Amino acid sequence: MKIIKFLPIIFLYFSLFPSFSNEKNSQLENKIFKNLRCIICQGQSIYDSQSDFAESMKLVVKQKLESGMSEDEIYIFFKDQYGEWISYDPEFNTNTYFLWGLPVLIFLLGGAIILRKLAVLKN
Amino acid sequence: MIFNYIGNYSLIISVIISLTIFFLSISNLQKINIKKKINLNKLNFFQFFFVLVSFFSLVVLFVLSEFSNITVFNNSHTTKPLFYKISGTWGNHEGSLLLWLLILTLSLFIYFLSSKSRPIKERLLTLIFQEVIIIGFLIFIIKTSNPFNQIFPIPKEGLGLNPILQDPILAIHPPVLYLGYVSTSIIFSSSLASLVQGNVNNLWAKHIKKWIFASWIFLTIGILLGSIWAYYELGWGGFWFWDPVENISLMPWLSLTALLHCILVLEKRSLLSSWTIILSISTFTLSVCGTFLVRSGILNSVHTFANDPERGLFILIFLFILVFLSLVIYFLFEKNLKTNNNKFNLLTKESSILINNWFIMYFLSVILIGTIYPIFLEVLSDQKISVGPPFFNKLLIPFLIPFLIFMSIGPNLNWIKNKIFENKIQLIIFFILNLILSFFIIKIFGRITLTFTILLAASFYLFYITFKDLIKKDYKNISQAISHFGFSLLILSILMNSILSKEIIANLKVGEEIKFMESTIKFKKVENSSRSNFKSLVGFFEINNKDDKKFLFKPEIRIYNQPQVITSEADIKTNFFKDKFFVINLVKGENYFNIRYQEKPLMIWIWLSTILIAIGGSVSFFKRYEK
Amino acid sequence: MKNRYFFIIIVLFFFFFIVLFKGLKNPNVYIPELQKEKNLSRFEASDFYSNTKTSSLDILNNNNFYLINIWASWCLPCREEHDYLIKLKEQNLIKLIGINYKDNFKNAKKFLNEMGNPYSKILKDKNGTVSIQLGAYGVPETFIIDKNKKIIKKIIGPIDKKIYNEILLIIK
Repeated sequence: MKIIKFLPIIFLYFSLFPSFSNEKNSQLENKIFKNLRCIICQGQSIYDSQSDFAESMKLVVKQKLESGMSEDEIYIFFKDQYGEWISYDPEFNTNTYFLWGLPVLIFLLGGAIILRKLAVLKN
Repeated sequence: MIFNYIGNYSLIISVIISLTIFFLSISNLQKINIKKKINLNKLNFFQFFFVLVSFFSLVVLFVLSEFSNITVFNNSHTTKPLFYKISGTWGNHEGSLLLWLLILTLSLFIYFLSSKSRPIKERLLTLIFQEVIIIGFLIFIIKTSNPFNQIFPIPKEGLGLNPILQDPILAIHPPVLYLGYVSTSIIFSSSLASLVQGNVNNLWAKHIKKWIFASWIFLTIGILLGSIWAYYELGWGGFWFWDPVENISLMPWLSLTALLHCILVLEKRSLLSSWTIILSISTFTLSVCGTFLVRSGILNSVHTFANDPERGLFILIFLFILVFLSLVIYFLFEKNLKTNNNKFNLLTKESSILINNWFIMYFLSVILIGTIYPIFLEVLSDQKISVGPPFFNKLLIPFLIPFLIFMSIGPNLNWIKNKIFENKIQLIIFFILNLILSFFIIKIFGRITLTFTILLAASFYLFYITFKDLIKKDYKNISQAISHFGFSLLILSILMNSILSKEIIANLKVGEEIKFMESTIKFKKVENSSRSNFKSLVGFFEINNKDDKKFLFKPEIRIYNQPQVITSEADIKTNFFKDKFFVINLVKGENYFNIRYQEKPLMIWIWLSTILIAIGGSVSFFKRYEK
Repeated sequence: MKNRYFFIIIVLFFFFFIVLFKGLKNPNVYIPELQKEKNLSRFEASDFYSNTKTSSLDILNNNNFYLINIWASWCLPCREEHDYLIKLKEQNLIKLIGINYKDNFKNAKKFLNEMGNPYSKILKDKNGTVSIQLGAYGVPETFIIDKNKKIIKKIIGPIDKKIYNEILLIIK
């Protein structure tokens, strides 16, 4: 099969990429930065924003990571200080049942309609 | 100046012509008068012509830097290069609305000329519905967003010199995007007209197909241009942020993609007619809804035009009138839709397109709900939350897996009935090889979850299937093969890019160096220079590979004085394997710089694959023969 | 059956319209205002004059009302509110703590010499991290702390006459 010819090429391609070194810390940092909003440049995360406030927030995140706080604890801290708005990831609580549930409901509804339509036609 | 008046009065003449067309069409519906039909062509032309004159007047005002015009004063500057003076015409709220109107009238003109094969009553109804939209926009522009308002005394200089907005890609992004959005208005009007007349059948599908493809191609390229601009200009190497304005452009695209598939079914098999009408209505509705969300100031985004709620109210009312009318028309005339009770089994192209629609509607609902939910929550319970990338990723990515698998199976099924899979063994073997390959990748790169593994496997599988179809040289389905292959390449590129990208962020002084994986980054020097309207600071960075190959990067900081803006120009080295992305930033009050270096594999394939998707659509658009 | 669908859709339709209509009136800029009483997080900062590291626990040790005011010499609205801070100090019902935000030492001292020093203690926040511990995001911002070490009022922006009177009501 042709695909077997492709496999060695794909393998070679990937070996061009060096493996991960321990950048786990900076990856976690960046992940948190991308998840928090900047209050000064309100359309951007603190990762993207170049405002002073974003820089200070990044420092605080780094300090808290170094002091041993987990990712979730950091989000809780910031939400405590600035409100839920500061995090891009909405929680799953009474306020957001519809947010998370409605799309899934629509999906299931769509599936049910299709199944019914195909079942009807089968008969 | 005189062009202010020309522009203004042209608009008013257009209103008069539009109203004339509207009433003429209504009266023609009652009695067909051939002489009046020819006049409609001319009237359509003049309606377009006067909007064109108005638009052209605004361009002239911008080029001549006529600051007596408030719009020009707010958005232009004498030292702007000519190209950007012209593109500044549509880079603001009033001018972009005039562009909307221009494309609306142009579409109608082209429609009426090219629809001679359709029954006259349907064409007149399309005219009527489209005129409702045109007149609505005309009134909106003249009453609340007139680009020809004057200011006295005439200012000597304008305010609009934001350097971030002076970019070639950003200049052509709105016109291309609008060609996509606005032409869906014809699809909307024609669908409603066809519904009323009971013409929703394969002949109408064949006719409207070209419009759907044209809109879709422009919308695809328009969204692509926006992402490319964000990647090259916004500094941090991202190309999609799930920003409300980006979501708003994606929603009509999704609806249009589903519509595109439905229209093919309608043409070949006379099925899915109600889906087609509903999708036609929803696509244009989403376009206008997007216009509302962006221009009313209701959403918080980097992209929004600065606006006041009065305009928002107008668009909101206009939007709801449109939706209300279409709902009423749909429910009144739905019985005209011939529900074809041809049986089709589970394993057919029809059912796979149905499944395709199901998934696309799900993706659409996720994006729609995610974008407008914060508004609802704030109004209903005074709570402010943010919905961003984590939400969209969590709800979209898992469902992408079955979608990709269905996409591997569906397009190869036959219409009506399909025999059980040929080459079953070959496919199973490949699927297993696929999983092995994915696990192999996971082992090297370590940090991916189960979801990503399966997603990667599914993308590879789709890639293989579509590649096989592409090289099969089946000219009957070549456009589908190209577009689907492009789509699989897009998903694969995005996945691999997000898994394999690496970056380092550090603070460096001149002369320092830092290690990055197996290379060293040396900060060699900084060069200062002065340009016409900004001061430039270029950092020279040398990166040594382990093979001792040296790369020199020269990212730049620009300090503008009018207005006071500091921008970062990244130095990006692109090749077919990866992009190397270097950015430098000033740190206030310190003598070191903040640098960011990223290696982003397969970046260019993300752009190329999207272009491939559009090419597939173009092939279908230009196809002349039918079996 | 079809009429029922139509009815449901019309109801949804009006619901959407009303919500979006109301949504137009709300400002789309987010301001992190204080919704309810909140515990004061512990924070550490260097003293303004002596540079020694101090913890909030040491400063807020009495059963008093405290006012934490974030200010800077480069901040114009801070000048507007400074008189009210002096007046509050003279009332002797509340202790004022100043946090000098991203400022130059000489300029800050000059500011205090010019406008007066209402603070019983001043801390330094060179990089902005201390203010974030409090939940502030700019200057000027003021926090009123009650005897249970809870933040009962947060003022974003300069203190004006109305706010000054509100503070007086609280501390009397």
